[in-house]
Amino acid sequence: MSETRPLAASGRRWPRDVIGLAAIALAGGAGYVLFPDSLAFLTRIISIALLVLSLDLLIGYCGIATLGQSALYGAGAYAAGIAAVNGLTDPVALIAVGALAGGVAGLLMGAVLLRAHGLPQLVLSIAFVQLFHEMANKAASITGGSDGLYGIAPGPLFGLFAFDLYGKTAFFAGLGLLLLVFAALSFVVRSPFGMTCRGIKEDPLRIRAMGIGVRPTLIKMFALSGAVAGMGGALGAIATQVVGLDSVSFELSANALVMLVLGGFGSLYGALIGTVIFLGVEHEVSAINPFHWMTLVGVMLIAVVLFAPRGLYGVMTDAVARWRGRP
Amino acid sequence: MSALFRIEHLSKQFGGLKVTRDVSLDLVPGDRVALIGPNGAGKTTLVNLVTGQLRPDSGQVFFGGEDVTRLSDVARVRKGLVRTFQVTRLFSEMTPDEHVTLTILQRKGRATRILERFGHDPAIEFEAADILSTLGLTEVAHRPVAEIAYGQQRLLEIAIALALRPRVLLLDEPAAGVPSSETPRIEAALARLSSDLAVLLIEHDMDLVFRFARKVVVLNGGEIVFTGAPDAAAADPRVREAYLGSYAHASRVA
Repeated sequence: MSETRPLAASGRRWPRDVIGLAAIALAGGAGYVLFPDSLAFLTRIISIALLVLSLDLLIGYCGIATLGQSALYGAGAYAAGIAAVNGLTDPVALIAVGALAGGVAGLLMGAVLLRAHGLPQLVLSIAFVQLFHEMANKAASITGGSDGLYGIAPGPLFGLFAFDLYGKTAFFAGLGLLLLVFAALSFVVRSPFGMTCRGIKEDPLRIRAMGIGVRPTLIKMFALSGAVAGMGGALGAIATQVVGLDSVSFELSANALVMLVLGGFGSLYGALIGTVIFLGVEHEVSAINPFHWMTLVGVMLIAVVLFAPRGLYGVMTDAVARWRGRP
Repeated sequence: MSALFRIEHLSKQFGGLKVTRDVSLDLVPGDRVALIGPNGAGKTTLVNLVTGQLRPDSGQVFFGGEDVTRLSDVARVRKGLVRTFQVTRLFSEMTPDEHVTLTILQRKGRATRILERFGHDPAIEFEAADILSTLGLTEVAHRPVAEIAYGQQRLLEIAIALALRPRVLLLDEPAAGVPSSETPRIEAALARLSSDLAVLLIEHDMDLVFRFARKVVVLNGGEIVFTGAPDAAAADPRVREAYLGSYAHASRVA
């Protein structure tokens, strides 16, 4: 009986969710206390974590191959940035604009990517992000092109907390947003919709034989994923007060995938852990040797793929299970 | 049109190979028809054509008087034209209860709802438990499918089909791969199927066919070579010819 671990389990999951959210809040608090001079970097981790979470929704929960996820992140970043430059300064409204733009971009991306499967799908996703990149580059009059989009000056959060020079407000705003999104996604992946997506990942034909349409379900997930990525982009725009072309790039998409594989896809915690490890290593090691930090990431990635295909989160859950005396 | 389900002059070819040739067949509520034939006779192709996984080159499929030939497989399932698979297609990490619950949610149009908790509707959980107990799966209802016996997985295939409340059920070799000691459980499940349900059974196990079916349709080389009572099938020379040289079944049919 101890091996029983149904996917969408009973009410016993509630305390677990609360513990998980508390752990994230605690980790954020620890970051604030331990690295008070690196709040901008910590906020960047949160912003990218939203991107990696959004990627996990597609890859980990639906089995969709994509290397173009930053198109959705960038859509949110540019939409929020452009709105801010044109006078919308309320940070909450800017995040909402980012979510909306990301969601619409997600719908568009889904409509394109779901025409293909496997390798062709992956190639389409790369084409998609490159197209977005070029659009942002060429439309320099509204996006700032290769110079970046400047002049983003968000107003105080809830009309009370001004965005300060040290990035305190941005950090706590980001942490709050991450907790909200994480709680919402924990619910979503265990909803009927979430279960259907997992079914699609394993066997779309079986889902169809149950009378459930595959494409409409996946399109919905693309919109949701886009909204999450878009919020990440908007947070980045608000926190750094600049949007650059690197936010819609193949490189960012590929890095997000590496982070997800490191942490372990198909689990929301895996997405967070992968982001923290990847960006943490990048931050520390690149300060020592800016040219060779990727070597370390490469070695880590190979080790994970070979020895821990379920990622670092998988290693952790296995260790906990062993510690509890379970098989 | 009194037939609940009718196929008319259905044909399909892959390249130069005609796998379905001018097949016509109809079912009324309560029918128990077995579709038999040697390997490669085109039985599974016929099921795929009827349920919409494949498009026929010509011919029509009618369901409840409506032409469903152009409808998608999903739309046909929602109308009550349901199939099981010859090789089990289940989600290895999900439990039987989760499979059946998801299926019932679909029937109620709620399988892709985001703002709802899965498995927390007492009415649906009750129905799922009821279906699983009918098929003797209560004990394993909350174990991942990967951990349950193959015979139980075959029963779960039937449970999912029943959760859709079908009007026509196509069973593609429900006993395939099941050890003979477990066949009686599947046979018992088939015997309990609702009497107003029309069933088309594809099966290699002749004992099962002869006990279950009131009518036998024999397919050979993509076309129907015999339609009639099981006893008559055993004596028919065309049926013998279809199976001639085709291993064990030959002696059993003859």
